[in-house]
Amino acid sequence: MTALRSLFQPMAARHGLGAACFIGIAVFVWVVFLIVLPQISMLDYSFRLNLPKPDIGGPLDVYTLDNYAYFFSGNDGQLNTLDIGILVKTLVAAVFVTLIDIVICYPIAYILAHSATGVAARLMVIGLIVPFWVNEILRAFAFRVLFGATGLINSLGMGAGLWDQPVDFIRADVALYSGLTYAYILLMVFPIFNAVEALDRNQIEAARDMGASWWRVHWRVVLPIAKPGIASGATMVFMLTAGALAAPQILGGPSNLWFTQLIYQWFNESANWQRGSAYAVILLLVCIGFVMMLMRVFKVSIGEIGR
Amino acid sequence: MTTKDIVLDHVSIRFGSYTAVDNAHLTIQGGEFFSFLGPSGCGKTTLLRCVSGFSEPTEGRVLIGGKDMKGVGPNKRPTALIFQNLALFPLMSVAENIAFPLEVRGVSRKERRKRADELLDMIALPGVGDKKVHELSGGQRQRVAIARALAVEPDILLLDEPLSALDLKLRHHMRTELRAIQQRVGLTFIYITHDQGEALTMSDRIAVMNAGVIEQIGDPESVYNRPKTSFVASFVGETNAIEGKVVLQSGEMVTLETPLGPLQGKAAGGRRYKNGDSCYLFIRPEQMELKADAEAPNTIAASVTKEEFEGNSRILFVSANGVDMRVTRVNRGGSDGMVTGHAVTFAFDPAHATVLPHGQLAGA
Repeated sequence: MTALRSLFQPMAARHGLGAACFIGIAVFVWVVFLIVLPQISMLDYSFRLNLPKPDIGGPLDVYTLDNYAYFFSGNDGQLNTLDIGILVKTLVAAVFVTLIDIVICYPIAYILAHSATGVAARLMVIGLIVPFWVNEILRAFAFRVLFGATGLINSLGMGAGLWDQPVDFIRADVALYSGLTYAYILLMVFPIFNAVEALDRNQIEAARDMGASWWRVHWRVVLPIAKPGIASGATMVFMLTAGALAAPQILGGPSNLWFTQLIYQWFNESANWQRGSAYAVILLLVCIGFVMMLMRVFKVSIGEIGR
Repeated sequence: MTTKDIVLDHVSIRFGSYTAVDNAHLTIQGGEFFSFLGPSGCGKTTLLRCVSGFSEPTEGRVLIGGKDMKGVGPNKRPTALIFQNLALFPLMSVAENIAFPLEVRGVSRKERRKRADELLDMIALPGVGDKKVHELSGGQRQRVAIARALAVEPDILLLDEPLSALDLKLRHHMRTELRAIQQRVGLTFIYITHDQGEALTMSDRIAVMNAGVIEQIGDPESVYNRPKTSFVASFVGETNAIEGKVVLQSGEMVTLETPLGPLQGKAAGGRRYKNGDSCYLFIRPEQMELKADAEAPNTIAASVTKEEFEGNSRILFVSANGVDMRVTRVNRGGSDGMVTGHAVTFAFDPAHATVLPHGQLAGA
């Protein structure tokens, strides 16, 4: 309570009581009603049984670990390889998409921050932003059209004689990876741009003057400065990719399920909110754990990311 | 001709229609401490980038050790550049910074560390190798930047206003230090500065630049005492510029008719003037003496507008017939009673006054 008061009082002194109250209430509503309460109710759901309506609140309505147990061992006590496999596959795919985004966005951010000027820079920024005016579903279907059996890429490839049978990009998940990579480019470019922009150009020239090759300049001078930005962008892209639903639904191959689709099925098709909640909590915890582990490995602190 | 000599052979650098450096032509001897002195935007940094290889001259040639440097990149030249803001790498330790040029050349980790420690000893900062750059003071960073530049044993060190970020005391201390390091390692130093104090105290020779043109090259004393252009006279050190027209020249002595009456000075470089030529008479504030005797030649009667106390000296701002001048006097303790409006008479020795053709003044 004293910590809150010490936050509130200087703000009231600087911006007036009204503004301070508004910020205080807005933050409270945001945190409690939009973040804490829904998550707690999901958590609560995840520990309950999927009971018929009359039994709710009755003697059968007890807390249980059943829903979590199901994820690990299914109904038959055997290891639930199917669901665990889908989770692992989702994480691997999300890592893959994140890596592609880093590879694509690092040069873009660097050029945007240090080489592009005036019109070129503005065009680059517009080029990055405009695609996001198109809504998610439309964008996903556009990629389906692009990569479909009779799509643009197959017609071009076959027209140019590169291959003579339509390649099934959908089944190979090429369309899905491309769609997800494309969807989150902006979230990767801007944090890296922010970090790299702070780099003093003289440091690059100094390194060059000392004979450093371009890759060493990047490896030793630019990358260390970009690291917190990369970490911040990678966290966002990874979390959003692992939690994406529309793109896997539309672009995913028929034999491939994303973990979010599994959650969706529990909620909607099986009408089992309790198990769906447990699966959602599992996804959240695994993602957070995975990100924290990587941050440890790459020696990045939360504070650095927040900058 | 040694490997440390630099020749700028009629070098001009243009950006579009803008001429940043106009026909610079000079030779810098090996082992010399050579300064380019000029106001910001005079082209001195552009010229330095041209020597370091970050840009190429539009016309003319840069020769280092007798070899034409055309097409030779910055990393292939025997030069090392120290940037204005030092450009130390903030995320590397001090030792890693100093050894970076060695790392680039594939020197082993152990050897790098040994060399970094040697260089730290040389700049009198032993034992700071494992610190981060931000843990050092301004002056220490300065010295680390020098050590990093010296790590690859260049023939020529290029310094782009490296002292400008330091506070006054440290700046003065670093002048002595830089000069001492230069004499110890025996390299050619090319020093860029807009601070005439730095140029005068450290340099063997100075090139004074204005608007892309080198106006004068010479040792500190000749640049200060015998300026060749109005710009040099007014830029290097404090001076009083009094406008006038030539009425008489006998030998070196020129008499000008000025708003303050006839004044005499020496014609710089034995120049001949015609009567009626528009000229400036330059006289240093420290050459002006307060005189009670109003009959001596070169006497000016003026009134005090204000006085500035600088500790070791007092600067008296005086005005006479619309001409503002300053007189520097050594502070001998006690008040001198110079209040605003006080009438004073002062005189100067014509041998210490310089007459130069009318031209652009610094800061004008």
